[in-house]
Amino acid sequence: MALDKQQLVEMYRRMCRIRYFEEAVIEIHSSGELIGPAHPYIGEEAVAVGACAALRDTDRIAGNHRSHGHPIAKGGDVNRAMAEILGKVDGFCKGKGGSMHLADFSIGILGESGIVASSVPIATGAALAAKLSKQDFVSLVFFGDGASNQGACHESMNMAALWDLPVIFMCENNGYAITTSYKNSVSVDHVSDRASAYGMPGVLVDGQDAIAVWEATNEAVRRARAGEGPTLIEAMTYRYEDHSLGLDKIRKSEYRSQEEVDEARTRDPLPIHRSAMITHGFATEAECDEIEATVQTEIDGAIEFARNSPFPKPEDLYDDMWATPV
Amino acid sequence: MATKTYIQAIAEATIEEMERDKAVFTMGEDLRQSVYGATAGLVERFGEDRVLDTPLSENGFFGAALGASLCGMRPIVETVTSFLWVGMDQLISQASKMRYMFGGQAELPVTFRVRMFYARGAAAHHSDRNYPVFMNTPGLKIICPTNAYDAKGLMKTAVRDNDVCLLFEDGIALSSRMEVPDNDDLPDGELLVPFGVANIVQPGSDVTIVGIAGGVQHAIDAAKVLEAEGVSAEIIDPRTLVPLDTDTILKSVAKTGRLVVVDPAHKMCSAGSEIAAIVAQEGFWDLQAPIQVVASEQINVPYSPALEPLIYPTPEKVVAAIRTVLD
Repeated sequence: MALDKQQLVEMYRRMCRIRYFEEAVIEIHSSGELIGPAHPYIGEEAVAVGACAALRDTDRIAGNHRSHGHPIAKGGDVNRAMAEILGKVDGFCKGKGGSMHLADFSIGILGESGIVASSVPIATGAALAAKLSKQDFVSLVFFGDGASNQGACHESMNMAALWDLPVIFMCENNGYAITTSYKNSVSVDHVSDRASAYGMPGVLVDGQDAIAVWEATNEAVRRARAGEGPTLIEAMTYRYEDHSLGLDKIRKSEYRSQEEVDEARTRDPLPIHRSAMITHGFATEAECDEIEATVQTEIDGAIEFARNSPFPKPEDLYDDMWATPV
Repeated sequence: MATKTYIQAIAEATIEEMERDKAVFTMGEDLRQSVYGATAGLVERFGEDRVLDTPLSENGFFGAALGASLCGMRPIVETVTSFLWVGMDQLISQASKMRYMFGGQAELPVTFRVRMFYARGAAAHHSDRNYPVFMNTPGLKIICPTNAYDAKGLMKTAVRDNDVCLLFEDGIALSSRMEVPDNDDLPDGELLVPFGVANIVQPGSDVTIVGIAGGVQHAIDAAKVLEAEGVSAEIIDPRTLVPLDTDTILKSVAKTGRLVVVDPAHKMCSAGSEIAAIVAQEGFWDLQAPIQVVASEQINVPYSPALEPLIYPTPEKVVAAIRTVLD
């Protein structure tokens, strides 16, 4: 199976959507409109988009604090995502979750998590449900190189391999856990090297190439659907911005060289995908320009939508606590 | 009507709920061998897929239970109070917060059956009575059955509830026996005890004793001692700490004017101290004496049989507290 024109174009659209969304978030952060923390996904778009392109709407995903890219890649509505980030009632979570906790259960987004690695067991459990109740879906969890060192990750991978669960562990190795290089925190050359210790395939992939990420995920999804168990994919990527907005004003010095950042920026996933489509005749320059312009308008609209959405009312404070009222 | 132990009641509730709803399954350590007594015969009856023996990975399998519950399953997780600490991140960061944080999208019908052993020489690592820790975290329902009837009825309610329930099974009550009606003898055909409705174990007029978990039995024993002296004690078992039936407690204090709370947890920030605070704030003018909280000493559980019994509430300590409020 290969990607068709429509899928490739849609992937590009979603990558642009993430990129422009994040640029807008940076803008509203610098203007003081954004109250809480935010962690830009810029530079990593090909991972979320490549992975989600291999999933169906009914498949489940879970993610982490770097949280805007995953739901947008899964098809989440940018208006509701932006409204959530501004703490408004029209947000995915009615303003109760904020930037780090976007979720849209209606399209399988089981939620991003502010505690690193804590959604890995959740996604594993979703896959357990699929297996036990013979439901036809897989789950995929995004986590970073930092999270790969958490016990929750190891425990989940052991259980998933032990029980042949239909889950894909998608490690986004962006090089750093806040400021700590993965080379200073991971005991092996690659996170994917650990897969054999759990008894599952480990796949190392270029995380700047959405098509390569799709290929690796597609095979992992095939395995999962066929009952062959989990796969650990490590997508090598790079975070172009700082860990979180405003961190540059707190930290004491540079933790990565300008040369390193510049070098990583030469492998920007958006131009890589754009030229791949053009080179192989799936889209023209003009079509790509039009996608970019349309998405920019969409994001401008999302900011407008979020600004116009009301804040929750004080009486909403105690809502959404219990599913079975007390 | 048959006499059943607390463990038999839990086992019956598990079987009935698994029979009723295919989404219900059990997971935990050593379930198939029923090491903790309440899961005997389950695997033969329901198969391995519905009776999962897990690796020793509390954080992992607590989270997996939550994830499964988001996708239509209703897990019953068996564990022990002291192992809750190992899975704390999933309990606090996910179980208690997911629903609220996601604006009400998540339903998390997971029942954690938490065995609470203490007072049996197991020392500090296996004697935790840690339900108050979870009362301090919004979003978790805290259930403390103190007899076989409630164990069955509250357990069945917990499995059908769509929120995360922590059901603490008090080691003192485990072998206690009482009459638990058979389903055929019940008007609705099954035993369900609602959350948030306290049990008035015995009515009285001179003093209110609120017992938490194993504290209820100490209250009953103490009341018997003082009954001979003409003291009429009203004993209240809240059954559930979240939600807490404060109305029943406040009404009782309005009648008796005196309150003793018996709580096997450590005293600081305990369920007992919370109930005392509620009554002090909302029932102050009904009180005729300072409230007494009989809870465990604020020290870790020592191993030696010469020391361990000193730290827990006892009927004697409860009698002394009642004398203080009656003085």
